[in-house]
Parts: sequence; C-alpha cells; structure tokens
Amino acid sequence: MTEKVFTKEEWLGTLETLKESYKLFGPVKDGDFHTFMPLDGNKKPDFDYENTRLSPKSVIYPESERMFEYSLDESEEDAHILKESPKDYSPCAVLGIRPCDAQAFQIVKRNFDNPEYQDPWWTQHFEATTLVGLGCNAPCATCFCTQVGGGPFHEAGLDVLLFDLGDRFLAKGITEKGDALLEKTAGNPADDAALAAAEALKQPARDKITATVPTDQLKDKVTNELFDAPFWEEVAFACLNCGTCTYLCPTCWCFDIQDEVQGNQGDRIRNWDSCMFPLFSLHGSGHNPRADKFQRVRQRFMHKLKYYVDKYQNGVQCSGCGRCVRYCPVNIDIRNVCKLMNDFA
Amino acid sequence: MLKYTEKIRETAKRLLAEKKVDVFIGYRKGTVPMMNEPLLVNHPDKVDPLYWDNFCGLNLCNYLTKRTDKIGIIANGCNSRNIVTHIIENQIKRDQLYIVGIPCEGMIDHRAVVRAVKFKEILGVHQNGAEFTVKGHDFEETFEKNKFLQSNCAVCTHRNPVIYDEMLGDPVDEQTDVNPYSDVEKIEAMDPEKKQGFFTRLISRCIRCYACRNACPLCYCPTCFVDESTPQWVGKSVDPTDTMTFHFLRAYHCAGRCTDCGACERVCPMGISMRQFTKKLNKDTRELFSWEAGLDPEKRPPLDVYRPDDYNDFIK
Repeated sequence: MTEKVFTKEEWLGTLETLKESYKLFGPVKDGDFHTFMPLDGNKKPDFDYENTRLSPKSVIYPESERMFEYSLDESEEDAHILKESPKDYSPCAVLGIRPCDAQAFQIVKRNFDNPEYQDPWWTQHFEATTLVGLGCNAPCATCFCTQVGGGPFHEAGLDVLLFDLGDRFLAKGITEKGDALLEKTAGNPADDAALAAAEALKQPARDKITATVPTDQLKDKVTNELFDAPFWEEVAFACLNCGTCTYLCPTCWCFDIQDEVQGNQGDRIRNWDSCMFPLFSLHGSGHNPRADKFQRVRQRFMHKLKYYVDKYQNGVQCSGCGRCVRYCPVNIDIRNVCKLMNDFA
Repeated sequence: MLKYTEKIRETAKRLLAEKKVDVFIGYRKGTVPMMNEPLLVNHPDKVDPLYWDNFCGLNLCNYLTKRTDKIGIIANGCNSRNIVTHIIENQIKRDQLYIVGIPCEGMIDHRAVVRAVKFKEILGVHQNGAEFTVKGHDFEETFEKNKFLQSNCAVCTHRNPVIYDEMLGDPVDEQTDVNPYSDVEKIEAMDPEKKQGFFTRLISRCIRCYACRNACPLCYCPTCFVDESTPQWVGKSVDPTDTMTFHFLRAYHCAGRCTDCGACERVCPMGISMRQFTKKLNKDTRELFSWEAGLDPEKRPPLDVYRPDDYNDFIK
C-alpha cells in the first residue's frame, strides 16, 4: 500500500506526468458549478469543491453511447449486419471523485457485472478506470453517506484516497490499480505528521453528517404492503416527473436503446432513460403499466429502497450523495421518503 | 411576503371547513434553503404546513390540469394569468376554482444568492422586509431583496392577480418603467450565424431531463412530441440537433400563451436560460397582435382566432 504526500502544486504538476499513461477526468468549474471533464487542453481541475452537479457516472456509462453500427446499403455484403462500434478502453483515471460517488459505482456494479449478466461496455469502461477519491473534510448538510453504508473517507470502491491536509494532499493507495497509478507520480513517502493529520480529519467529518435516514427495516417489509402504502399519492403530488433526480443520481442506471439512421448508415445507441418518463414503461400494445405519475414516483423509491435491497441483499441503491435532495425542483426529499418507508407499519 | 403564511392557513382552513373547496393547493416550506414544495391539503386540520415566502417561484397552475374536484389555489400575478389560460384552453373550469390572490413583489433568484455568497453552502435564509439574511457555516450576509429578483420578476408588469375570488393583501404598484425585452433585442440584432452560435451555447448543457417542460403549466399534452414513438419525431440521444429541436418546438408551442412566470428556468438543474426562446415569442405576439397571455378569460388567444376583418395585412 503506497502512501505519498504532495504539496498541492506538486499534485497538479504530477498530473501532467499521469496524462502520459491515463486519460484524466477531474472536477472543472464550469459556470456556476463543477463538472467532471476530460483534463485535456487548458482544462484545469479544481479540487476545492463540494461535489459536481452531475455525478461522474457518465465517465463509465455515457449519457449516449453508440453500441453498434450498420449499413443499409443493399449493395454491400454486410448490409444489415450489426458491427460493434469502436470504443475507447484505454486507461483513464477519475481524479477527485467523492467517496459516495465511488460507492455508487459499487452499487451499480451489482447490476451491470454479476454472475448472470455482464454488461460488456460498462464492465470494460469500469475495468479501464482508476478512481482517485478525495475525502470530504466538510460534507454538505444534504449528505447522508454515513446512513447508507459509506462515509466522508469511505475507501470501498476507490483505488486511491486523497486527504486534503490544507497545503498538502496525502494519497493513500487502496488497490493494486491505485498503487500502480501512484507509482507513476512524483511526491514523497508519507511522513507520520501527514498520516496523523489525515486520520484526524475523519471523525470531525463524520460528525458533520447529522441526517438520520434509517434503512434497517426496509428488508423486512412486505413488498406488496409497501407498494400499496397510503402515502404514495401525497409523496408524488408535487413531482413534475422530470428526469432531474434520475439523471443527476450516481446510482440510476436505466437506459433505452434507439436506432438512428442517416442515409444508409445506422447507429444503435444506448441512452440514459428515466423511470419518471411515461415512455419508459409504455408497451408496444399502447398499454402503460405506470400510466399515472404516482406510480412512476413509487417505482423510483421502491426500486432504490426495496427491490434493490431484496434482490442484492447488500443495502439500498443510494450512496447518500444528496444531489436529488439539493436539486429536485419541487423539493421531494428522499430522506423523508425513506423514513416513511422504513417506519411503515 | 412572510405575513401571507398565516393568512393562507386561515383561508385554507375556512374554505375546507365550509366545504367551499375539496382541496387546497399551496406550498410547504422546503427541507433545503430556498426550495419549497407544492402541497395539496384536503382537510381543515392539515393546513399548518402551508407556507409562503419569496422562494415560491414555481407555477401552481401546473397542478390544476384536468382535475375534477373543487380546488382552492394560491395565485400571484403570473400564476393567475396561467389559470386564465387554463380556463381559456379548457383545462379547468372557472367554477371549480376558488382563487386566493396574493399581490407579488417578485421571487428571489436562488442561483443569484448562491453566486453572491461565492458558492459557499447556504444553511438558512431569513427574510426581513426588503432584506434577507443568508447564513452558512462561517458566514452571515444580508442582501437587498430587490437586487436578487428572478430575472422574469424584475421585468414583470402584472404583479397583481388578474383573476381571484379573494385577495389576501392590498394590490402592489405595477412596474411601468421596465423593458421586458432588452435581452431579446440584443439577440434580434445578431446576424444568423451569431444567433445560431448563441443558441447552441445556450442549450449546450441541456441533459434532456425535461424539467422545463414539466414545470410549465402550458405543457399538458397527453403525449409530448418528444415522447411520441410512432412515429418518433425527435432523436433521444444527446445530439445537439435533437436538443435544439426540443427547445425550439417547446417554445413555439408556448407562443401567445406564455406568461413569463419563470418556472422553466427556476427548475432547470443545469441553469439554462430557456426563457430567451419564449420571450422572443411573447414579444412577437405583443408586437403583432397587441397580445399578452392570460389577462382576460373572455378573449380568445390570437393563434386560435380567425377574423375576416383582421387588421393585420399578413393574414389576408
């Protein structure tokens, strides 16, 4: 396990070296908020940030990804034959990802990479990616990672964890992948003072998370009773059925597959989709099993807080990042909905 | 504005107790600063969460569409104009509604507040007359409300409800010295190439979550054109052409109907100023037809009337 310290300038400098081995993504200030962007050209990462508006899930799971391409030109021998579109699986590293967002990849991994099903594109992107986390010295008031199995310095799911010591970063390798990345960096071996300073950050940060979001009873609830609970209409009243919560969420993974044709050239594209949209569940027959708004809202919460819990026996499908709490335009708060579900008798 | 909270609760309680309405639609105080949640109250004992402050910038008319019960609803100027539009467009009947009017002096732009405190986390906002105080972990700052109005509120000329059954306060002075279209004029002056570039940049961040569409009371089609699948009119990927198609068509569907309530911009998670599209069409309908949406339930909107004696040359 490698432990190194860098002054902040050294850290930024060593990123230039890392660019020789990795495609780097980092939080870049973009207008009013930060976005994970490829650090090419003049893009400078800014590690003095709370979290990005959009989660980094798009690095591994793009909003639109071309799966296959095909020709409709009958004169060609391989007309109508789907061929996999070229994809870039060269090594990349996400710098400054928050522990909640790294944990979110672990949550999503159970869906995309399990014994019954391995999504070829998600898994290959994931394997090519090294996650360099940045612990949270000052979690937001809307954060609740500690309530869902994580924490401001939670290591699971990360390859490297950075501690912001003020003028320096301490980088701690967590996996072999992480150590391999740190080997390519400058920096000095961590001294005892740095290690002690890093350790001292942990508890105060945990203490700053005051939300209580109990999830312990969810697994024991009878699914159909929770499904028929009387609170769903009320929870859903304000909902606009927009896709903000699902698109900002690091653990929402649903997609739609579309064919787009221009001239004789066709592309089969996978796009993020949202259970908030009526089209998401519309059948070819015209029937929609979730025709009403409250059914769609119920689906989102039941999936995250009950179906996932039962299916994978590994907690809820939420890493407590708080994005949906902060940015839901009508202030539907998952922390309250979780309490309603957990306390439902 | 805070003074209205108590009045709203009293009024809702009375209306529900006297069975003048089956339900009452208002806001409850949000769980995060500067965000409030639309709320439906169906019993006189449940009115206490009702709340009103300068962050009630959504459009409650959105929650009326096709309801069949008798509804009490809070309406400030722009919301009342959307109620008028809803009545004109047969989305709700006037006699189903008990409109509780609130004279409005503008909503605060939560994004401008975040910018003013340099993106530090805001833990609480307290209003005090013409000022408001913002608190965080290690700061407290007081600002003048008028300098932080939502941009639509800053140029609003219909602050008082245009239709109501009861008013909760005295009418406020309407603004007369504002030019609502100075930003549109700047875009109109651009050459086509520059315009294209401006619009492309404007929507480049769009993630197609459709929050703008869904927050808008005008968007009540059973199936929106972007959700049609047989045939499919618009691509679903993040291709800029499809995104542009969505924004342009959405705006055109609002021509002559938009009240510039600002709900679309308020809800956008990416902070896109899509009112640049709808405002141009508002300006056009005003210049071409002397029309402002939602002022009179007896008047048909310009885009659904034909008059043989129309004074406009271009229609003959």
